Amino acid sequence: MSGLRILVPVKRVIDYAVKPRVNRAQTAVETANVKHSMNPFDELSIEEAVRLRERKVPVEEIVAFSAGPPKAQDILRTAMAMGADRGIHVQIDEKEGKGELEPLGVAKLLKRVVEKEKSNLVILGKQSIDDDAGQTGQMLAALLNWSQATQASKVQVEGDSVIVTREVDGGVETLKAKLPMIITTDLRLNEPRYASLPNIMKAKKKPLDKKTLKDFEGDFSARLKTVKVTEPPPRKGGIKVEDVDGMISKLKELGAL
Amino acid sequence: MTSIAKTLRPLARAAASSSRPLRPAFSRTAPQIRCLSSTLPRRDVDISDIPPTPITHLSDTEALMAESVSKFAQDVILPKAREMDEAESMDPTVVEQLFEQGLMGVEIPEEYGGSGMNFTSAIIAIEELARVDPSVSVMADVHNTLCNTAILKWGTEKLKKEWLPKLATNTVGSFCLSEPVSGSDAFALATKATRTGNGYKINGGKMWITNSMEANFFIVFANLDPSKKYKGITAFIVEKGTPGFSIAKKEKKLGIRASSTCVINFDDVEIPKENLLGDEFEGYKYAIGLLNEGRIGIAAQMTGLALGAFENAAGYAWNDRKQFGQLIGEFQGMQHQMAQAWTEIQAARALVFNAARKKEAGEDFVMDAAMAKLYASQVAGKVSGQAVEWMGGMGFVREGLAEKYFRDSKIGAIYEGTSNIQLTTIARHLQKTYTK
Repeated sequence: MSGLRILVPVKRVIDYAVKPRVNRAQTAVETANVKHSMNPFDELSIEEAVRLRERKVPVEEIVAFSAGPPKAQDILRTAMAMGADRGIHVQIDEKEGKGELEPLGVAKLLKRVVEKEKSNLVILGKQSIDDDAGQTGQMLAALLNWSQATQASKVQVEGDSVIVTREVDGGVETLKAKLPMIITTDLRLNEPRYASLPNIMKAKKKPLDKKTLKDFEGDFSARLKTVKVTEPPPRKGGIKVEDVDGMISKLKELGAL
Repeated sequence: MTSIAKTLRPLARAAASSSRPLRPAFSRTAPQIRCLSSTLPRRDVDISDIPPTPITHLSDTEALMAESVSKFAQDVILPKAREMDEAESMDPTVVEQLFEQGLMGVEIPEEYGGSGMNFTSAIIAIEELARVDPSVSVMADVHNTLCNTAILKWGTEKLKKEWLPKLATNTVGSFCLSEPVSGSDAFALATKATRTGNGYKINGGKMWITNSMEANFFIVFANLDPSKKYKGITAFIVEKGTPGFSIAKKEKKLGIRASSTCVINFDDVEIPKENLLGDEFEGYKYAIGLLNEGRIGIAAQMTGLALGAFENAAGYAWNDRKQFGQLIGEFQGMQHQMAQAWTEIQAARALVFNAARKKEAGEDFVMDAAMAKLYASQVAGKVSGQAVEWMGGMGFVREGLAEKYFRDSKIGAIYEGTSNIQLTTIARHLQKTYTK
């Protein structure tokens, strides 16, 4: 094996600390003038790729990829400041939730990118915190017919096989698969670094390819239609009951018993 | 870097003399006057062809950097801010991490191991750090805007090669100008230097020296020929550990307590010839120039502090505290105060960023820097004081950070030129402009 060619797809999402608000037309979440940053799970992916290289695993190249509005370039720069070697940006014109790619569209697009870049390892976040679909990695594995290990909490590369530990209910599960493969990352995999100032400057000089969907073969159009977006109903305060009998009768009243 | 100046075409300043006599154009006619208020524009540039942008507009790199520093400060420094204040000392791991993040060599070129960024980036970093802890911020500020800049501007190639890589990666710098007898009247300093066979000997004492506990590198101003009065002042580099150099006392302070402030003694401190910074008898000019720039940094520390104090209190008023059945931030009396405070913070930030951009563009920024520092420290004092009141008891206790911001704000009106000195500088410029 000559070395890992890692592809790390990253997504620009509303910052995790911001409370999302539904727009007035109830068609999407308000994105104008809202702070955006890299999907936290994708930060873990970049970090893991960079750590593999730091652990002297033969890593030939780390490519960060993002499909999104022009501003998505910011997070590609962040990815490169964290250690990715170059970036690919597929510009998507999103307007009010229209024109956005669905997980299947993204997976199809990634398949093309993987083929073109001759990647043999794709590390994705297990989900993006905006749509929470959690589908892209799995769909990509199916399209490529590659092995997949989802929700990784530890990744070890030994020769051409990869050992992935994942947290499951009541314990951990260890998977081993041969390259090429798909890994999706979970929270406890690592602690992403902060982009240091010298690395931010270096990232400026790293190449960033700008493309559009037309540069890729395939149908990436959306198949789903968003009917309505609403905020979850506000939580109602509970009530206090006098005694156990009171509780039982209340539970019966609510149909819980 | 995106230093505006670089992208501009250099041009003879012919255009400057033309037309528009009605508006006093400060940047062009502002006189070069003595005493802590004059510095020559770095280069002649014409920015008249550049489409104006909002003052708060940042380049992509600056924006990315601001975000990264903010995150680092929130995650790494914030959990330690209270503890360091109580212990009145800087956690060494914080210093280490500042170096790791490249925050101690913002403007040092990459070939010397620094971050190679522009002046405004340093200002942004100082502001972001102060938002979380003004003590950490002032450490980075003094190190970057005074010490690093001094070597970059006047250091010989040998000094640069020796010190810049260290200043960027592991050696904290300190700037020794003030003395028991010379504060606002900085040039009355009494520390003496004499020539020796192969260098200089320094005798005297310094006071109010920021970073002195952590620093290994000291820029020391001493008079090499008192008969020349302030024109005898010369700048030297002294390493900690040089025989005769000692830290006499660490001050206990009202605010920025995690930042060290000490008295330093020089008792026959002998240094080699190479440790002369720049030329003999030029020290007073260096000090003026550095402080003019440096005060933009202090202004940024103050706007950062004001932002931090505001955000801390706003979070409480609009999310946590309820009285009379509603969040206290719902009361109009509170809302109007908060709106006023926010407006003043943004006005101060506009002054700060405008001063930084003017310096970068090579324009005369002396009065702008003075106005920025004066106003930013006033706003910081006012807003952090109000923030304590908005939070009531929770603002007064030492559990949260509200009272700390308030205490920390006071220094803004004192160091790197007191508010009265800033007013004097501003008034001098005005008088010169309006005297017929």
